[in-house]
Amino acid sequence: MSSAEPLVRVRDLTKHFPITRGIVIQRKIGAVRAVDGVSFEIERGETLGIVGETGCGKSTTAKLMTRLLDATAGEIDFEGNDITRLKGAALKAVRREVQMIFQDPYSSLNPRRTIGSIIAEPFAIHGLMREKGERKAEVQRLMETVGLNPEHYNRYPHEFSGGQRQRIGVARALALNPKLLIADEPVSSLDVSIQAQVLNLLRDLQRRLGLTLVFIAHDLSVVRHMCDRVAVMYLGKIVEIGPNEQLYAFPRHPYTGALLAAVPVADPALHGGARRLLGGDVPSPANPPSGCRFHTRCPKAQALCSTQEPQLQDKGSGTLTACHYPLSREEVGEIGVRSAR
Amino acid sequence: MTEPLLRVEDLRVEFAGEDGVVYAVDGVSYEVHGGRTLGIVGESGSGKTVSSLTTLGLTRRQGARISGRIMFEGKDLVALSEDELRRIRGNDIAMVFQDPLSSLHPLYKVGRQLTEAVRAHREVSKAKARERAVELLDLVGIPDPARRVDEYPHEFSGGMRQRVMIAMALANEPRLLIADEPTTALDVTVQAQILALMERLQRELGMAIVIITHDLGVIAEMADDIAVMYAGRIVETASAARVFAAPEHPYTWGLLKSIPRLDGPREADLVPIPGTPPSLVHPPSGCHFHPRCPYVQPEHTRIDPALEPVADDPGHHVACLLESDVRRRLWQQLGAGRTPAQALAAVSPGAPA
Repeated sequence: MSSAEPLVRVRDLTKHFPITRGIVIQRKIGAVRAVDGVSFEIERGETLGIVGETGCGKSTTAKLMTRLLDATAGEIDFEGNDITRLKGAALKAVRREVQMIFQDPYSSLNPRRTIGSIIAEPFAIHGLMREKGERKAEVQRLMETVGLNPEHYNRYPHEFSGGQRQRIGVARALALNPKLLIADEPVSSLDVSIQAQVLNLLRDLQRRLGLTLVFIAHDLSVVRHMCDRVAVMYLGKIVEIGPNEQLYAFPRHPYTGALLAAVPVADPALHGGARRLLGGDVPSPANPPSGCRFHTRCPKAQALCSTQEPQLQDKGSGTLTACHYPLSREEVGEIGVRSAR
Repeated sequence: MTEPLLRVEDLRVEFAGEDGVVYAVDGVSYEVHGGRTLGIVGESGSGKTVSSLTTLGLTRRQGARISGRIMFEGKDLVALSEDELRRIRGNDIAMVFQDPLSSLHPLYKVGRQLTEAVRAHREVSKAKARERAVELLDLVGIPDPARRVDEYPHEFSGGMRQRVMIAMALANEPRLLIADEPTTALDVTVQAQILALMERLQRELGMAIVIITHDLGVIAEMADDIAVMYAGRIVETASAARVFAAPEHPYTWGLLKSIPRLDGPREADLVPIPGTPPSLVHPPSGCHFHPRCPYVQPEHTRIDPALEPVADDPGHHVACLLESDVRRRLWQQLGAGRTPAQALAAVSPGAPA
């Protein structure tokens, strides 16, 4: 693709949460491998989607990238510099460049502060826009950018609906003009009609401001709508990553295929076709299966899958897939992937 | 046509709130026939959950003022005493809730909770009830049911807990199952399992289902008939095929155009419904949807539309003040990818046909 340096390069990123026993003398008896060796790059100006089910590590990956959590191993290069172990002033400088939009617009806004002061908080933290009038003008400009009425500067969060609150969160994230914006399930707690308002806002901002966005969601239709490239995670690993069109039209990893087949499509005329459903549940990340982590639920699993872990490889259709026996076109049709062409 | 299993007539449920009376359900009528699935779709505050809770008498304790009739097998559930209702609840009509973790008691074994559901309505020995519990767990596809019957809810995954909830609801082979957002808390692959399970059980047991959801995909998979609710009222009802192929209400159009589809063109912009759902304490005058409707006319702010049959489409009802042929032309325009404003301009009098 582009020859320019990617904005972010993540290599072998790992986060293990220790499981301890004992109250006074704590012994480590195991670890939840929330993120277990994840590598990807983010180009400037692109939107990377991360999808997966509960416990796949997508939110932990976001928290590692924003340095809200410290990585167990691996590195995150931001504009060529390793930020994984930065501290103090250097970390604060990076945090200016990487901002986050949270899932729940109710708990992520302080109910006792006016929205003017919530959106201005990043300025206060970083000592910018010290002059009061200047700060207010900038906050009102941000409010206008995200489609809020700037006259509502002195109102409190409870006076706003869920969709408007999410706009406040977006304005706050944009305040410092960050180079990277990470949105963790930004619309999953909103009503359908409001969801579309926030998605359109993000897509519009992305085009207008050339934002680089990491968009984390469990809703595969929303991710398809929003993203240029998509990474599918399962039990702390990326199982498939590639350009949006290719991944949805011809998923190669059986897990990607199963996810796409499971999405209910809002059209009764499409039903009745055969669909292959995934059985069982996601295994515990404290004790993931050997070899390929998906082999316990995979319809195509062979003996090799339980012993040898597959690496992400180009299987000739434009995506990178970590699978010994990737899906063929016929199989994609058989399992009922609705986005297949 | 045969007598419906459940017939709700002009149901109204009002709560006394701090700021005044909340008109949660405001004159709702629908029918559910044996063996069929009715999908009720709507956003938060549309009254979809309250109307179903009221069917089981579960809003009585909250001091709700309830009027209208809910006819089930010749009895009016609104008029029944609490004792009479208890004999129906969990026996003839059962309910599955959204959150399987908070619906199961954490300190009792799953088996005990299942036997309780059986013994509440049947005079059977503990051993027999336990046998039935194992049988139920097996029915909903829980592996090794004889062992898992002695486990606690926390030992089950989210999807397995929802299976337990469905097993409990099925304990007495209800004629009607009400499922309120049964898969909203679940992951997509588990959701597909649970929906497939409900369809299989419906086929095997012949029960009717009312499924309540905000997810148009789930509704499209499950429902035979659909009722679209907005601000405490049904604004459109028809067979699932007709609601998706030829929707008549601007709110239904808005919902359909708000969701990105896995099989649609990716570049197409979503068309959100402007504004936010209205207050149920001070609902808008006239048509409740008028403040958010792109096609609103001055008289729509005064006249309250009734749910009326759609011409040439038996079984399809809509509560909209626009002329029938105007609605059809608008939907044609929207279907062709026009924005609401463009669609309106194209069908306005004076515009070239």
